[in-house]
Amino acid sequence: MLKRIIVIASFALLSHGAQAGLNILACEPEWASLTQELAGDLVRVTSATTARQDPHHIEARPSLIARARNADLLVCTGADLEIGWLPLLQRESGNARIQPGRAGFFEAAAFVRLLEQSGRADRAQGDVHAGGNPHLQADPRNLLKVGGALAQRLAQLDPANAAVYAARNQDFQKRMSAAIARWEKEAAGLRGVPVVVHHKSWSYLADWLGLKVVADLEPKVGIEPSVSSLSALLERLKTQPARMILRTAYQSPKPSEWLAERAGIAALELPYSVGGSPAAKDLFGVFDETVAKLKGGLK
Amino acid sequence: MFKRHLLAAALACALPTSALAVTDADLAALRAEFDRKLKDIQAAYEDRLKEMETRLVKQSGESPETAQAVPRPGNTGAAVASANPELSLILQGVYAQRKAGERRPTGFLQDAGIGAPARGFSLGDSELILAASIDPSFRGQATVVLADDAVVVEEAWFQTSSLDHGLTLKGGRFISGIGYQNEQHPHAWDFTDNNLMYQTLFGEHLVQDGLQLKWLAPTDTFVELGVEIGRGGAFPGASADKNGAGSWAAFGHVGGDVGESNAWRAGLSYLGARPRDRESPLIDISGIDTNNLFSGKAKIWIADLVWKWAPEGNPRARNFKFQAEYFQRDEDGDLACDDADPLVPSLCTGGSTDAYRGKQSGWYAQGIYQFMPHWRVGLRYDRLNNDSLDYGVNNANLARTGYHPNKWSLMADYSPSEYSRFRLQLARDHAMQGNPDDSQIGLQYIYSLGAHGAHKF
Ligand SMILES: [Zn+2]
Repeated sequence: MLKRIIVIASFALLSHGAQAGLNILACEPEWASLTQELAGDLVRVTSATTARQDPHHIEARPSLIARARNADLLVCTGADLEIGWLPLLQRESGNARIQPGRAGFFEAAAFVRLLEQSGRADRAQGDVHAGGNPHLQADPRNLLKVGGALAQRLAQLDPANAAVYAARNQDFQKRMSAAIARWEKEAAGLRGVPVVVHHKSWSYLADWLGLKVVADLEPKVGIEPSVSSLSALLERLKTQPARMILRTAYQSPKPSEWLAERAGIAALELPYSVGGSPAAKDLFGVFDETVAKLKGGLK
Repeated sequence: MFKRHLLAAALACALPTSALAVTDADLAALRAEFDRKLKDIQAAYEDRLKEMETRLVKQSGESPETAQAVPRPGNTGAAVASANPELSLILQGVYAQRKAGERRPTGFLQDAGIGAPARGFSLGDSELILAASIDPSFRGQATVVLADDAVVVEEAWFQTSSLDHGLTLKGGRFISGIGYQNEQHPHAWDFTDNNLMYQTLFGEHLVQDGLQLKWLAPTDTFVELGVEIGRGGAFPGASADKNGAGSWAAFGHVGGDVGESNAWRAGLSYLGARPRDRESPLIDISGIDTNNLFSGKAKIWIADLVWKWAPEGNPRARNFKFQAEYFQRDEDGDLACDDADPLVPSLCTGGSTDAYRGKQSGWYAQGIYQFMPHWRVGLRYDRLNNDSLDYGVNNANLARTGYHPNKWSLMADYSPSEYSRFRLQLARDHAMQGNPDDSQIGLQYIYSLGAHGAHKF
């Protein structure tokens, strides 16, 4: 009996070892999806958060610490987005591979040009991202850059499969570039369209498609809108009209719908990340739906 | 860059003369389009530059990994995240309305340093926290509490970050990992004061001067084991002038998620100490204060549970937190009883020493509900049990009651932001027999300035 248990146990361990590629923990679903594009079945990748969770405000739950303990690579946004929880995961994990400065810690923000770098962090201005806006995945051109850097990092950590990562990256770059060209064509009519945003989640999207952000629902960055701040905004929209209000899947629909109803404009919930809507099954789905919804908002 | 300034200047100069023809909106649009084009050009150049760099690197035979792993220059994002060192300051203040006097749990040996709680206006602890990575292998933190005539080093520790295999070693003065509430800083408490259990066991919380080794199991379920050895100088230990360790602690925690909305952690901890001449006040049978020196063994077991709910894992708008802990304390040794004040003779006058054996237990449970952004309410119940007390010959002097100290607390707080909080608390404090305090009112503010680090689960 004991022998049998040992055989089964060692078999379980071995088979586990045989199929064990890199174990990757992505901070947000977009990076899990990007890793999947670049590595396919070679790695095991999970996301610490879902698109319905606000990545600024996550608790360093025991389950996340346990997952960080076993990760070979963390793929995160950086630029302070995860400042409230990621440092705790790293510190509590007892995992040297994923510490800052190690190859096992990948921050997307290091590989793209960040918008809104004020360098100032005066909290009187709200909960600002002083190092630059971290919501960079809303511009698919950034995915090309991050994808390239991530493919390199995967190859560095798993040299045996370097050729596979390079090939898959090339394929991803090709497909994504073609898709970007298509989205840009479809969204040509959105250039210069005035919009209201809920948090600075859409700066990169606006930058990419040429949307004109005329107002933010948040009276100050990271401060939730109140009835009085919304009323003031409604007043302002009379002289400076907007066509639609944009929010993510994790934000409360109440403020944007309150304002949309009174201002007579559309309130759109865009997927923001993979899983943010039923159709947003991968990165391509996210932008297919984003562009379609934005165009729908014009009508 | 220079060109851009030039153009901006030109636009600015052109503005007054053409103000009649050009509206602000036109100008903004023009400016936006100009910025966009400039960015496109910049991006194109940067991409070409990168491509050339890569080619150059490939030619020189270096691996392309190292070439592209270099982050884009000019981004400060990562640098600000780890502003070095992280400095923060906690400001707290309380207004309390209560009857005068002590609120000592009857029958419980407690740290003699705990005085009567302040009434009226008082400044809470101002905490100065400095933390940083020391080098790739170590992290350090110091927490200094600034009080009126004292600066107290509450914490000063190093922690390894490169031991790997789930191991973390901490050394110096640190807050012990036993229990749940123990590791919470006072500014993170959900009530204006400590629960009776922790107040009785440790004063505020157990701080160790020593070493802590923690191991996180490589499993999908959170399983953490830890051991600590320390000087054992603080209650329930007492300043021991000796070699070796004066206190030992061991703890285990398990935790996980239930669905997307629930997370929990449970634990079991043990603390052993060998105090010498540890000072505690008790009252004698006639109600007079006595001073007691305990020498012997103290053993404490703690079981803890915390359960948090947040809809879809988003705690920001609404969340609920349930927390409960249970302890057993077993103390075995000698107790030397004497007058607390020579001018007020007690039954122990002249000193009376004999064996002491105390088995005591207690628990608290609390629930905190954030029902809308910024607003929370909470309820807490504290209870202590004098299971069995034997003072030896001092049974004739010291009160051995079957009294069970208890306390109800109700609080509501409002947090305009993550960095400020205002709290109102009402309590019925029946910790001390015969001195029930039916209405304590507390008002509190807590501000945190600077790089306020993330709170543990
Ligand atoms: Zn943000």
